[in-house]
Amino acid sequence: MATIEERFDAIVVGAGPAGNAAAYTMAKAGLKVLQLERGEYPGSKNVQGAILYADALEKIIPDFREDAPLERHVIEQRIWMMDDTSHTGMHYRSEDFNEEKPNRYTIIRAQFDRWFSSKVREAGGIVLCETTVAELVKDTKGHVIGVLTDRHGGPLLADVVVMAEGVNGLVGQRAGLRDELKPQAVALAVKEMHFLPQEVVESRFNLSGDAGVVIEAMGAVSKGMVGTGFLYTNRESISVGIGCIVEDLAKSGVTPYSLLDQFKAHPSIAPLIAGAEVKEYAAHLIPEGGFRSMPAIYGGGWVVTGDAAHLVNSVHREGSNLAMTSGRIAAETIIWLKRRREPCSFDNLAEYRKRLEASFVLKDMRKYQKIPGLLHNNRQLLNLYPRMLSGVAQSWLRVDGKAKRSKETEIFKAVRKQRGLVGLVADGLRLARAWR
Amino acid sequence: MHIVVCIKQVPDSAQIRVHPVTNTIMRQGVPTIINPYDLFALEEALRLRDRFGGEVTVLTMGPPMAEDSLRKALGIGADRGVLLTDRFFAGSDTLATSYALAQAVRKIGETWGTPEIVFTGKQTIDGDTAQVGPGIACRLGLQQLTYVASIQDLDLAGGTITVSRRAEGGVQELKTRIPALITMLEGTNEVRRGSIGDVLRGARAELVVWNAQAAGITDMTNCGLRGSPTVVKRVFAPKGRATKAIQIDTKDRDNEAIVEDLIARLYAVQPSLEDDLLRMAAGY
Repeated sequence: MATIEERFDAIVVGAGPAGNAAAYTMAKAGLKVLQLERGEYPGSKNVQGAILYADALEKIIPDFREDAPLERHVIEQRIWMMDDTSHTGMHYRSEDFNEEKPNRYTIIRAQFDRWFSSKVREAGGIVLCETTVAELVKDTKGHVIGVLTDRHGGPLLADVVVMAEGVNGLVGQRAGLRDELKPQAVALAVKEMHFLPQEVVESRFNLSGDAGVVIEAMGAVSKGMVGTGFLYTNRESISVGIGCIVEDLAKSGVTPYSLLDQFKAHPSIAPLIAGAEVKEYAAHLIPEGGFRSMPAIYGGGWVVTGDAAHLVNSVHREGSNLAMTSGRIAAETIIWLKRRREPCSFDNLAEYRKRLEASFVLKDMRKYQKIPGLLHNNRQLLNLYPRMLSGVAQSWLRVDGKAKRSKETEIFKAVRKQRGLVGLVADGLRLARAWR
Repeated sequence: MHIVVCIKQVPDSAQIRVHPVTNTIMRQGVPTIINPYDLFALEEALRLRDRFGGEVTVLTMGPPMAEDSLRKALGIGADRGVLLTDRFFAGSDTLATSYALAQAVRKIGETWGTPEIVFTGKQTIDGDTAQVGPGIACRLGLQQLTYVASIQDLDLAGGTITVSRRAEGGVQELKTRIPALITMLEGTNEVRRGSIGDVLRGARAELVVWNAQAAGITDMTNCGLRGSPTVVKRVFAPKGRATKAIQIDTKDRDNEAIVEDLIARLYAVQPSLEDDLLRMAAGY
């Protein structure tokens, strides 16, 4: 096997948001960066809802709005608690979101990731596609010194390997740096792209220009499992999908596509996508185990970023921004070490963890660390309450000749019957404690 | 030995979508690939180089983004990439394309040695004409071997090449002089996967980029729209047929009933059929 003589400053595994953020930041700073992507082109294997959070990208490419492929900026968020026939919604729509530099956008990842990767190349990074990293190469002390790919030749050597390989984390797993994914710590989401003329999308959601709407749905749609549905407006398509914890799916035997079919058929969702043509179907795993399911994120000669590090805030539906931020912080740490002529050793790379702790990334991950366990053990939160809320709303709104006071008593009784006073108080306390 | 392989960057037809609303082809976001037929030509060229020594130069004409296809070809193992790009080439039909490519092959020959063999794929998947290869051969006065399935023998000293060519009704074995132009059939070899060294080299290689003038083209009347007698007048999506397929329900019905139903429906859409069949049965 021919060895490649040259040595890179860093090898980045994967060309998603985390990998591109890391590769771009390092290449821009003049480091010799090699990025390896298994897909035919960056983005070809990548799946997300997808919402882009501008702030995280702005810190990497401040003027990204000039040429990045963006669909719509989000001006309205709807959170829907659903039973089988109704939804109780909390909507927030604001003209303030129609700002010069909007805060959130819907995007199509296949296009967005290719754009991001083109920036890596422009910055001087070398991007090799259709090249899968097979394993990490270590020296006798266990320090990672490079990678072997599925192509002949190699190994490829580098001072540090940035793993941005995505949720499965196969490279790290093979190298014994992390455990296999646990079914209770990962959600399986499926989504479809429904194409509609731009005017139809805009009239159905009361939109104009590039503005867009996001709907997050919970309740009966997840069929008793821990999961949520979503609907995002793109320029001339609508992304609609639903995801549930894999362990729950396995136990219930409900297939993801039937879950999605039922979600789409819900009377609150169906009219929004009526008449559309489905052009794409995709599925993806989301690491939703939170802070407590995170693997080790650094070691001698390696760091882990993005989904591979389980950096997903499932409560706020954030992930790509944590991915980009962790990629950037990993890169900045490596650049900092390079400038000080320090090696990327275990001790030195602890700086990455330190910086990540100081950022919103690990602060948020810590804040919500009890949520995944709470939802796992208290399914009523996602299933009973949306249903109860629907019942309350309906009794309250239906005019049927009953006196209002007796109606209130009736509602209260119905609620108590479903959950009991102690249960209600306990749920409130549990949620408050986990949220804090 | 010097071999030139002409390749074309084309939209990946497997991933092209027709816009559901306007019925036009959605080019945006469609990945581009090397014309799949050209890959068999490239592989055949690399095999000859590996056997006889020498160099493989890959030539493409297209917009600056066609550079990606050259890098991919270098990543598979080619030695040199030449990009012929000029706004004067825009709108070229097969006549103008073969003119520009022939000039570039001539220039490549002057610069790095006259090629013994020029390869192209059988045809491109976006044009489907299979005219450019023969056009180049004709303009350069090369022997022309089209639809080649395999190369049987190459005698560099004797200056001859023997190939199998797929023809209607059989396989022809042809022997001719070199230099020759070969258009390669699909599925004739297994395209190799470049080593990590190849793809690295491909990603970083300095490509040779020529505009018309650099390729030695002085007469622009043969190029681009001006040099193209063929004009695409209109592109449209064919209208769907008015008649739709009919599905016959077979659930809980015996075969007899299903067949009766089937026959009745056939007669319904083709009323003369019943009479024709009866006449046939009567013996005329």
